[in-house]
Amino acid sequence: MLLRSTFNLIRTWRSHATTETLFVRRQFGATAAKDELDDKKHPELRPIYLDVAATTSLDPRVLDSMLPYFVHYYGNPHSRTHAFGWESELAMENARKEVASIIGADPKEIVFTSGATESNNIAIKGVARFYKGKKKHVVTTQTEHKCVLDSCRTLELDGFDVTYLPVQQNGIIDLEVFESSLKPETSLVSIMTVNNEIGVRQPVEEIGAICRKKKVFFHTDAAQAVGKIPMDVNKMNIDLMSISGHKLYGPKGVGVLYVRRRPRVRVEPIQSGGGQERGMRSGTVPTPLVVGMGAACRIAQEEMEYDHDWVKQLSDRLVTRLTSALPNVVRNGDPAQSYAGCVNLSFAFVEGESLLMALKDIALSSGSACTSASLEPSYVLRAIGADEDLAHSSIRFGIGRFTTEEEVDYTVDKCIDAVQKLRELSPLWEMVQEGIDIKTIKWTQH
Amino acid sequence: MAAPTSRNVLSLYKEMMRASEKFSSYNYKSYAMRKVAHSFRQNKGETEPNKIAQLYSDAVKNLEIIQRQVVIGGIYTSNKSVIETNHKH
Repeated sequence: MLLRSTFNLIRTWRSHATTETLFVRRQFGATAAKDELDDKKHPELRPIYLDVAATTSLDPRVLDSMLPYFVHYYGNPHSRTHAFGWESELAMENARKEVASIIGADPKEIVFTSGATESNNIAIKGVARFYKGKKKHVVTTQTEHKCVLDSCRTLELDGFDVTYLPVQQNGIIDLEVFESSLKPETSLVSIMTVNNEIGVRQPVEEIGAICRKKKVFFHTDAAQAVGKIPMDVNKMNIDLMSISGHKLYGPKGVGVLYVRRRPRVRVEPIQSGGGQERGMRSGTVPTPLVVGMGAACRIAQEEMEYDHDWVKQLSDRLVTRLTSALPNVVRNGDPAQSYAGCVNLSFAFVEGESLLMALKDIALSSGSACTSASLEPSYVLRAIGADEDLAHSSIRFGIGRFTTEEEVDYTVDKCIDAVQKLRELSPLWEMVQEGIDIKTIKWTQH
Repeated sequence: MAAPTSRNVLSLYKEMMRASEKFSSYNYKSYAMRKVAHSFRQNKGETEPNKIAQLYSDAVKNLEIIQRQVVIGGIYTSNKSVIETNHKH
């Protein structure tokens, strides 16, 4: 410790030779040393995990099902000439059944991929390219996941026409606007089931019915939905569906693409190779991962109601406590037509990133993990028409199977405290308290 | 298989709770204890012997999973969560 502080001092002296900074640094060095002492007593504590929309922890039951395939059963599931291959194939087919069962599909319609991003890519580019001879139009929404939007951009570069539907203020698409966007040359509609940033649920069943009526293929990115809310590909008229392993307590690196067989949906594969997975996704299927995916689906299906009740109860507790203790908290997205485990709140007059820093012992994010490095406000929040300042002050709370009541209470207490402190520092907040309408102020003169 | 007696069930319940308590991860421990308690409570009124036997054997399998996973969690430990040391906030 002494060594560390001396080192700090020397470093400070070298870089800033003013006595002022030296004094500050010395003070800081002393606190750092004290923190270090505390750390010895409590070796670095891990934060509370409240970001299950980014990824979930692996369920121990899932890991238990996977381990034998990392140890003894290492055969290639596509090897047809020996027992190693057969046992792996059996495990893979069993997993396929478990996945099919949770979405009401036939096991033959399940294609294993590396994750929802790959599934989305195959679905969107694959369908669009296969049917490009007659149809060159794709419909999606502005609030889709990055990989859907990026796949659509690629299609645009290839000469396809893409419609990016706006969403209403509650984050949900307008079905009339949607229906009128469909053209005779539309081959595919891609609309997500549950939004990853604000948790809203699109009216998938109604969208599916419209698509079926107009004979357009319907793809849905259900990475945030499967295992959490009931999904049925037949009842909802879904033709293609993307699922992710690590959003439902399964392993990372595995996903599923559901591809309907009747009426048949055809896709142009992206990856060339041995023709595994009905030729749609070549490459050896990773047995341990798909076994984990299957187990995760089986457990999620068995416990959906229990999990859902738990998540709902914690989510209500979080929202009620926060909104009753703090004024000017806005819930982004429709509060009713949404999945309770993903709550997006904007704390007016508090900058989201500062709040995240103040809540450093809670793992939260201000939006999608993919864009969490950027300070730009989320495009999803902009699409729902959130004011720029509110979009900057948003926090996404992800609650899941392993979240506890204690963790929610801790988070709420810390959050209330941090928001109050940050608001006290804010001149804008002071002005609002004095009754000034911030929106009427002209900040610039020209 | 003969249906397990209520004494068998109670002792299995206790064993599962004891095993769950050994999870080194705070979240897995809380979940396992909550889930075991819930499942036993939920099926408390079950009278059909075959169903009881089925539930019992499923629970035995789950107990084995918990025991194995407790061992694995104990080999690869991590630091404690803030929630475990901070009860007075």
